[in-house]
Amino acid sequence: MFEIGLSHYLIVAAILFTLGVFGIFLNRKNVIIIMMSIELMLLAVNLNFVAFSSYLNDLVGQVFTMFILTVAAAEAAIGLAILVVFFRNRGTIAVEEISQLKG
Amino acid sequence: MIAALIFYMFAGLAVASGVMVISARNPVHSVLFLILCFFNAAGLFLLLGAEFLAMVLVVVYVGAVAVMFLFVVMMLDINFLRLREGVAQYLPTGAVIGLVLLVELAVMFGGWAFAPDVEALLAAPMPAASEMTNTEALGRLIYTKYVYLFQASGVVLLVAMVGAILLTHRSRTGVRKQKIYDQVGRTAANSVEIRKVSTGGGI
Repeated sequence: MFEIGLSHYLIVAAILFTLGVFGIFLNRKNVIIIMMSIELMLLAVNLNFVAFSSYLNDLVGQVFTMFILTVAAAEAAIGLAILVVFFRNRGTIAVEEISQLKG
Repeated sequence: MIAALIFYMFAGLAVASGVMVISARNPVHSVLFLILCFFNAAGLFLLLGAEFLAMVLVVVYVGAVAVMFLFVVMMLDINFLRLREGVAQYLPTGAVIGLVLLVELAVMFGGWAFAPDVEALLAAPMPAASEMTNTEALGRLIYTKYVYLFQASGVVLLVAMVGAILLTHRSRTGVRKQKIYDQVGRTAANSVEIRKVSTGGGI
């Protein structure tokens, strides 16, 4: 209980990842919350990488975490830009109304 | 003992704020809880000895990404309550899938072990903390072995920046502004004209 090992961190990461998946299902009308849930999932993955890196004494996990952070930041920027453009054109961000590309 | 208590504090707060992110009614509160979650995850990173990544998490995620979310949430004039309709309808499906995922992850975490020759397989063994700080070790690795990947991630950020600007930029009509390329591109041939003006007639 008071001896923190690798499995403790893995459990926290698993709970955070599950919360992210759950959030996508729970708020599937609101794109902003869906993107925040994706950020939560990426955070959980990062936590896994750093935990393994720390307990294996291998730095590459932390290098990879940095690349994940980069991609997550880029993804958030592009996603929010698309969202702003969509809102400007349609006046809503409800997911079920984003269906213009459907034939 | 104290390390364990600090771990439980960070982990518990991270999970609790994660729950609030997906269940808060107001998206502004969601973003603020996301920021709290990132702070606690940064604390966990610190406990794991990844100081540089903890600071990067605070600076990049809290300082840039979360604030960008906050901007967008506050900028868009949306009735968020209408977007929350039907949550009760999606709750069972989400709960079942989340539970299945959690059980699968738990089963996996219960039955794995490091390979016996794991020490020989390390790609970049971490130097001792007394020898080199985490930041220095990470920097030495990034700028030598992973320099091309590092540059590529810079390109990813550049493309994202250009893409975001291109998407959100709009050219409004009726705005007077200086067009330097037009000014520089002017020549006497296409801007000066000689006309024969008849006396008393005007142009």
